[in-house]
Amino acid sequence: MGKYLVMIYDDEAKWAADDGSVMAQNDKNHRAFVEANGAAIRDAGQLDESTTATSIRTDGNGGYVVTDGVFAETREVMGGYYLIEAADLDEALAIAKQVPSPMGGVEVRPLVNGD
Amino acid sequence: MADLVAEAVAAAHVSEWAAVLAATARVAADLDLAEDCVQDAYAKALVHWREQGVPRRPGAWLTTVATRRALEHRRRADVARRKLPLLVPDEDPADQTFPDDRLRLVFTCCHPALSQEAQIALTLRLVCGLSSAEIAKAFLVKEATMQARITRAKHKISRTGIAYRIPHVPELPERIEAVLDVVHLVYTAGNQWGIDLARMVRLLLPASAEAAGLLGLLLLTEARQAARVDGAGQLVLMEDQDRRLWDRGLIAEGLELVPEAVREGGRFGLMAAIAAVHAEAGCWEATDWSEILGLYELLFARWPSPVVGLNRAVAVSYVEGPAAGLQQLPDDPALATYSYLYSTRAELLRRLGRTEEARAAYEEALAFTTDPVEVGFLQGRLTRDV
Repeated sequence: MGKYLVMIYDDEAKWAADDGSVMAQNDKNHRAFVEANGAAIRDAGQLDESTTATSIRTDGNGGYVVTDGVFAETREVMGGYYLIEAADLDEALAIAKQVPSPMGGVEVRPLVNGD
Repeated sequence: MADLVAEAVAAAHVSEWAAVLAATARVAADLDLAEDCVQDAYAKALVHWREQGVPRRPGAWLTTVATRRALEHRRRADVARRKLPLLVPDEDPADQTFPDDRLRLVFTCCHPALSQEAQIALTLRLVCGLSSAEIAKAFLVKEATMQARITRAKHKISRTGIAYRIPHVPELPERIEAVLDVVHLVYTAGNQWGIDLARMVRLLLPASAEAAGLLGLLLLTEARQAARVDGAGQLVLMEDQDRRLWDRGLIAEGLELVPEAVREGGRFGLMAAIAAVHAEAGCWEATDWSEILGLYELLFARWPSPVVGLNRAVAVSYVEGPAAGLQQLPDDPALATYSYLYSTRAELLRRLGRTEEARAAYEEALAFTTDPVEVGFLQGRLTRDV
């Protein structure tokens, strides 16, 4: 068994254009996903919009540089995650494929020493 | 005197490598360890077979030696609690449908979570037993680059937990497609291992029409190889090929696969059927172009890629004439640097007698190829034919 983080990546511009109907359906789909895969899910969370992000970089001299915004500028940003446990990558991918992500997709990464 | 033992070991490398490694990987639960153990077993064979004679079943001998060594290693590693298994062990009883271990190895190497170039490199390394140097040479990259690519792919397999097993039934068609794509690419890269791999996959997946299709396609393509280039190293188009040079043995073997291959109307099955129509024509003029066009229509419906569209346009040109073919040439940015698009347009213009436009198209084709055989052909057209 291993742990995998399923990160949901969204194009926030598409969410901004939604009249609320996709959002409502999406909430329902997530509840259904959790119900169907509860045995494998260890943790989950939804992130606030990327405009709320603050990034911190070490400056190499023992100090920090704190800036407004996401760490890396990309069109699709991480909007939520599931931490799941699976026997192998195929099982993890089979679960991750069911994660609702109507405005983008998901990235699956194993945790080191996730056993 | 020839060294019979060295020859026997070399022959066993070609015919048994995949099976020995596949069985050892199951025990070792680690691809690197399995590879080391198998290499070691081959080295031992050189010594032992010289003293004791070549065993009756070299593959079984090698597997025993390699797996025993893998077990010793694991026992020691377990004592040291050094690491957990790096390959997810196989615990799926459904696997019994496919008893040959080699299939596990092939599916692991061609897992869609790996990049296609990594899939190809791993397959050549682990399934065919080629060295990084040999693979690097075939794909025109530096050995260190290829070595790094293989190492990265192996890390991904162990760290992400890509299982060493046959995919579950719902994923099977998609996963088989990935395997067949890799084998096809190995062949089109000019590597003779493509045919051996296609034979192996056909053997391991007897129920797959597409596996039959791929093998048929490769055999029928390979059969024309001797006629493709003339004595001076010049490319010979199929219409000018000396069909006596076509390999009748390969054609017969390929044709036998076609009825089964087209059964499901899959991509490789249809491509094999097209190759079969060419193979069955006694001369260029006897080619059944309406049959070929029909097959291309089916292929394009199933696989609407611009390259298929381009080949379909060629078929159109032989059924309805070059003007119709010209009209059907795909106008796709994906082909903007594809020399075959321009050489095809040039051929159609030449057949229409539009010499000036044909010249320009041949020039364009030249700008997008560095293959010496193609360059020679295009220059020949420009100096002699238009």
